[in-house]
Amino acid sequence: MSWSDAFLGTLKENDVRLVSYVPDNVLKPLLAGVNADNYFMPVSATREDEAVGMVAGAWMGGMRGCVMMQTSGFGTLPNVLASLIVPYQIPAILVISERGTMGEFNVGQALVARTMRPSLDSIGIAHHTLDDDKTMPFVLDRSIKQAVATQSPVAFILSPLLTGGKTFKPS
Amino acid sequence: MMNRGDLTKRLVAKLKKDEAVIGGIGNTNFDLYTAGHRPQNFYMLGSMGLACPIALGVALAQPERGVIALEGDGSILMNLGCLATIAQLKPRNLTIIIMDNGTYQITGNQPTATKDTADIVAIAKGSGLSNSIWARDEKHFEELLSRRFDDGGPVLIAAKIDDKPATGQTVRDPSLIRSRFMQGLGTGRGGALDA
Repeated sequence: MSWSDAFLGTLKENDVRLVSYVPDNVLKPLLAGVNADNYFMPVSATREDEAVGMVAGAWMGGMRGCVMMQTSGFGTLPNVLASLIVPYQIPAILVISERGTMGEFNVGQALVARTMRPSLDSIGIAHHTLDDDKTMPFVLDRSIKQAVATQSPVAFILSPLLTGGKTFKPS
Repeated sequence: MMNRGDLTKRLVAKLKKDEAVIGGIGNTNFDLYTAGHRPQNFYMLGSMGLACPIALGVALAQPERGVIALEGDGSILMNLGCLATIAQLKPRNLTIIIMDNGTYQITGNQPTATKDTADIVAIAKGSGLSNSIWARDEKHFEELLSRRFDDGGPVLIAAKIDDKPATGQTVRDPSLIRSRFMQGLGTGRGGALDA
């Protein structure tokens, strides 16, 4: 089974139906899978913080959701995480495809990537780097259950070791 | 010129079916609180510009419940993209109300782009929300709200209001607000601890 099928299967097993996203190349198989499966409710958002607000509202209305984005998109989130998700105790699930490392070609991506884990740490949001397709379903499943049980958000960072990342031809 | 507190009271009086109301940051949610707390009210203490996305999430999760986003002009200007998202999804149970005073009132009355140039209803229509309208006066506002909120949407109603601040302030306890709101929507755990 591909990493993306295993990932979506684990979301399903945990009743995560709403998937709000800002597209990204590495996320393509996840977004295609979400849009091809009637179980999921896919919503293309214009900004990542809009997607997070939507998932917060859905959680309070009784539907679990996650936000999918790339690393630079995470850079737009500290305010909504610090002023909505964490203080209101909403178990938002953040899925971030990791850019900026292991062969990055865009210096902007490389720089914004350095802010991601320190930002999550400073707001006190648990994060897991998923870099192995064998352990990924276990980490994802257990951590979603923990997020819901403790009413705390969680972030999953999809490493190029898992996804292959985005490659380029050096000039 | 209409007044936010007055219009908010008129809105609340029209709610008959436990509609959810998301009050945007600042005076918008202060006036919602002041109009009389309801279990289905959610008050934002931060995350400026996200009243509509939060309301959209509630509307998607509870398609049988009417959901209303109350937002200010400065806040919606910060997140105009969400209007395009809502227009694409067409949630029939979502109503958006924009209180437009042309200023960032709470930070000292600095003018917003709607003061002289930007037109919220035109922006909403351009985003694909064809059912968007300016309320002409209080009576017209009430007429526009004399409808069921769980169908016929999405609808956007904007009103030009005066520069009066809110008359009260919402209790600043996010986890309490969230917990009570979820109880109001029938999704909370709180009942387990009620005596």
